[in-house]
Amino acid sequence: MKPSAFDYVRPLSLDEAMEQLAIDPFESKVLSGGQSLIPMMNFRLARPERLIDINRVPGLEGIVPGQDRVTIGARTRHLAVQNTGLQGPLGSLLRTAAAQVGHLPIRTRGTFGGSIAHCDAASEWCLVARLLDAEMTVRSTRGERTIPAADFFQAIFTTAMEPDEILTSISLPALDDHHVTGIAEFARRAGDFAIVAATAAVKIEDGVVTRARVCLGGVSEVPWRSQAAESALLGSAWSAGAVAEAAAAAADEVDPPSDSHGDADYRRDLVRALLPRALNTAGAGS
Amino acid sequence: MTRSTVPVRLYVNGDRYDIDIEPRRTLADALREDCALTGTHLGCEHGVCGACTVLLDGQPVRACLMFAVQAEGASVRTVEGLAPDEETLHPVQKAFWEHHGLQCGFCTPGFLTLVTGYLEEHPEAQEDELRDVLSSNLCRCTGYQNIVTATMSAAEEMRG
Amino acid sequence: MNTAEPRSWTGRAMPRLEDPAILRGWGRYVADVAAGDDCLHVRFVRSSHAAGRIRSISAPAHVTLVTAADLAGLHPIRAVLDRPDYVTVATPILADDVVRFVGEPVAAVLAPSEAEAEDALDEVVVDIEPLPAVLSAEAASRRDAPLVHDTEFPGDPNTVVDGRIHTPGFDEAVASADRIVTVQVGSSRQSAMPLEARASHAAYDRATGRVTLHATLQMPHMTRTGIADCLGIPEDDLRVISPDVGGGFGAKMTLAREDIVVVHLSRTLRRNIAWIETREENFLGAWHSREQVYDIEGAFSAAGELLALRGDLVCDVGAYSCYPVTFGVEPLMAMAELPGCYRVREYSVRSRGILTNKCPIAPYRGVSRPVQVLAMERLMDVAAAELGLDPVQIRRTNLVGEFPHRTPSGLVLDDASHLETLQLAADMADLAEFRERQRAAREAGRYLGIGFSSFAERTGYGTPAFAARSVPMTLGREEIATVTPGAERVICTMDPSGGVTLRIGASPHGQGLRTTLSQVVSDALGIEPSSVRVIDSDTDTTPYGWGSFASRAMVIAGGATLIAARELAERLRVLAAHRLGGLPDDIDLVEGHARRRDTGEEIALRVLARDTYHNAQLIPDKGQPALEAVGVYDPAGTFANACHVAEVEVDPDTGEVRIERFLVAEDAGRLVNPAVVDGQIHGGIAQGIANALYEELIYDERGVLVTTSLMDYLPPTVAEIPPIRIAHLETISPASITGAKGVGEGGTIGAPAAIANAVSDALAPLGIGVFHLPATPHRLRTMIRQASRTKEAAS
Repeated sequence: MKPSAFDYVRPLSLDEAMEQLAIDPFESKVLSGGQSLIPMMNFRLARPERLIDINRVPGLEGIVPGQDRVTIGARTRHLAVQNTGLQGPLGSLLRTAAAQVGHLPIRTRGTFGGSIAHCDAASEWCLVARLLDAEMTVRSTRGERTIPAADFFQAIFTTAMEPDEILTSISLPALDDHHVTGIAEFARRAGDFAIVAATAAVKIEDGVVTRARVCLGGVSEVPWRSQAAESALLGSAWSAGAVAEAAAAAADEVDPPSDSHGDADYRRDLVRALLPRALNTAGAGS
Repeated sequence: MTRSTVPVRLYVNGDRYDIDIEPRRTLADALREDCALTGTHLGCEHGVCGACTVLLDGQPVRACLMFAVQAEGASVRTVEGLAPDEETLHPVQKAFWEHHGLQCGFCTPGFLTLVTGYLEEHPEAQEDELRDVLSSNLCRCTGYQNIVTATMSAAEEMRG
Repeated sequence: MNTAEPRSWTGRAMPRLEDPAILRGWGRYVADVAAGDDCLHVRFVRSSHAAGRIRSISAPAHVTLVTAADLAGLHPIRAVLDRPDYVTVATPILADDVVRFVGEPVAAVLAPSEAEAEDALDEVVVDIEPLPAVLSAEAASRRDAPLVHDTEFPGDPNTVVDGRIHTPGFDEAVASADRIVTVQVGSSRQSAMPLEARASHAAYDRATGRVTLHATLQMPHMTRTGIADCLGIPEDDLRVISPDVGGGFGAKMTLAREDIVVVHLSRTLRRNIAWIETREENFLGAWHSREQVYDIEGAFSAAGELLALRGDLVCDVGAYSCYPVTFGVEPLMAMAELPGCYRVREYSVRSRGILTNKCPIAPYRGVSRPVQVLAMERLMDVAAAELGLDPVQIRRTNLVGEFPHRTPSGLVLDDASHLETLQLAADMADLAEFRERQRAAREAGRYLGIGFSSFAERTGYGTPAFAARSVPMTLGREEIATVTPGAERVICTMDPSGGVTLRIGASPHGQGLRTTLSQVVSDALGIEPSSVRVIDSDTDTTPYGWGSFASRAMVIAGGATLIAARELAERLRVLAAHRLGGLPDDIDLVEGHARRRDTGEEIALRVLARDTYHNAQLIPDKGQPALEAVGVYDPAGTFANACHVAEVEVDPDTGEVRIERFLVAEDAGRLVNPAVVDGQIHGGIAQGIANALYEELIYDERGVLVTTSLMDYLPPTVAEIPPIRIAHLETISPASITGAKGVGEGGTIGAPAAIANAVSDALAPLGIGVFHLPATPHRLRTMIRQASRTKEAAS
């Protein structure tokens, strides 16, 4: 199918993009990689009157390591994330997750920030952002603000961003080498959106879990931080058994939806199966 | 309703095309309708099948998930631009021919551009990696067996 | 082989003649014909209700809207079968008054581009009063069920086909059995899903008033007949061309209501009109298949011999019949072929087709046989388990080993190799080694399984077979023109330069028929395939033929080609003998020359050809200054056969199935082009794997199709398809004059059962058997969870 008609604007600076967006924010959409927006437009599920194409706005791409946090430009393509040379457990998590985003021709266009702004609860970057309490920097002609992940993801396809705001960058905490991280997904076919995905970042000091973060996709409208799994892990001796217990706790905790890809019980089973796999891929051992 | 058209300059397979199109025209439709390059096929128009895959500045992209206006000034390579001349096939085309890597041929342009784009950047790629790349596109006829064989053979030839 | 004989083209895996153009992007599919043409584009307004009465259809004045009222004078499609149990229902070209499934075309809009046509679509308002819908065969055949069509049903409500066979000795055979084994198998709805959806482009010629329709078809001649009959015009007013076709798999052999609208609009508006179907429309309206449930009962002796087979087969056929083969195609094929490759002496079967408010069914690669083979192969494995036999052993006991063999439904199995392919497959699988691995894996908590599937693939059947099934095809007009598919016709011509043109009625769509037929011609005439041009898929330039479907092209069109080429060769020998002396039988046609075997004297075929046309005084029978032969072939049919073996591992935690190995022992008779044959098997198996594990059309409780994109309907990628290993036997049967048997559908027919058996074998320790396909991770995991709970409760 073909999209409905729209006006196209191609700003060459962020200021210009914000000004253009401010003209008619409710009828406009920001076009970044377009790998989620354009299919929805082709299905005519999205019919924006205006598209603000930010692909020629400078300064929106790149992965910049800082003292305690790493900043990722919103328009950084999935493929660039997959190829990042970023060291440590965060770099490893980003590369592993990026490799699971769609397929190569999607990763060459689709962007890190676009995926987060789109807010699909099963998407890798929404999960990673929520897992690591990312901070989203958004800008409009009214100014700039930073939104923590806990507040950012509000409902399916709905974020805390106002219609006139543009997501410009995302910052993630640099994880020290005591962390193990990982992500595991279950999809029917290679490259499909996950039915359930599990991602985790666990800090282990002297064999004991001193910090646990677990985030699940496909079990609720937005990425789900599993407090049950995190509490189960925290303070426990790092072992496959502890991870399995945490997975069971997470499975009991969630209240997933049912659809043609799987009912609630099946999604709970997948949580139980995937969390250990997410952490084993990061070398949890037994 | 239709909107006024905008002028767009595309460079496709080394040729310049100055076209006037509605902004909603996808790159795939612009190639097919406005540049008369119908080798780029549309199988789903929602980014799954990959029949419309073209190379944008050397990288494989879904031409149904991009508006032609976005490709202004960029270099596009389609299946028609793979072979060096009318007498010679590109090594990937040749391998698909020799290994019976196509049947109905509808998905073929997408596979050829995908594989060509990847192998030109990663001639050392091994089978697992190439299978992962090939999983981007759908073929309904071949069961993929000969597409894998052809791709491996092309990789070998391109490594020289 | 006689060493003096030149190397034959038949048997060579030569690269296809079709490919260079396609590889360069120069293929020409229907949408390419429309691209850049100054045509109007059609989009169809489709019903969003499973059943309802149309109250009104309206659009703003600037929208060009076409409804059933604008099609007055057109005849509905009526696909008729001469059977007392068959109920004919008419298909209006656009829904008038009532709608019967979600996706049914109710109106059309026209605009200068596809995008603008979709804009117009948004402005059309259809007001439909919902009516009660029936969404399953079970619900539809209940006594008080709402009727999908307001017509007389001789039996149960909505039951349009109700076939029965009961052999005289059946009851006695059942009574003598040691064990009755029952299974119920089923399949969800599936789509053939060619990568190119449907498309048509009608070009109006002012000078002649003729319309040239380019459409993506498997049966161009039959399509012309169908459209001409619906429009009430002479066939000659319409030329139908099927250019490059982006896959068919059966889905493009059925007459599309939309194509009739396109031709009608082109004639009435005197404009070029195009319709490029979207993927969503293709799922909604372009034919479904395989929604079947079979209850099967096998009466076995203690030694595992199948003494009698009973079946109750139910096919959900959707809301309308399909033209030309009718909605009898699934139930009747199921009834005739259920016993498959097994010796079934006594047989009792009831097979029904039942209307529902869903998309109509039509042929899809394999038609009913993927489910039939699933039924028989699950029956064999379940019986083997109950009787304590090995799966290979029980098959060996029951496979047909002597030919010809007459089945209880009256089919004649010609020479084949069921026992040999089973043995070959078992050898390839190395069963003993696998069982050892399986045991070790089970101890480690892993679930490996192996499954066999033996089957016969009925191929290349012409008029006798169709007449026996009684498939007359008629349109609802005053005169009833009964038609039965059958013969293929070819015209083989050598031109004055010695080049050969073969015009065929068959209509290839990716099978490489131009290459394989060129190979057959080349061997007969002693020339090279590159000097043979095959012309197909154009009603103006090809002889009337049925097209390409039912694994027939190489057998029937190939046979007709061989007949024509041999006749032409004989003519060339006569001409050469006249020139070189000797008898025609002393002349060999080799390397583009006619050569006397005894003296070695030769003359180039191009010289003979040129003289035949231009110097008729030099040829012996001056009355025929042409080199042309017509070949017609209309065989009863031949059965290819194979045994598939799947080895799988099931992930008990997610329910995911990984296919580790897929082995095939295949016998398709003589292999004209082994690469093409293997390609058909590979592709067929991939679709069989898709049917077994991935693909499923799902309707919700209101009859709305929810799987309308490739994100919901899941054709597998390369990551889901394992490497496939194939070994060939070549049984040469007299039932096919080329020696070739059809091979287009076998992969899809055999693979689902092999996988179901393998998954069942893997999960045997949990007491789980797979009987319904696709065996999705969700379904398998649910069974595993329940089995574990039952086990826990028991312990």
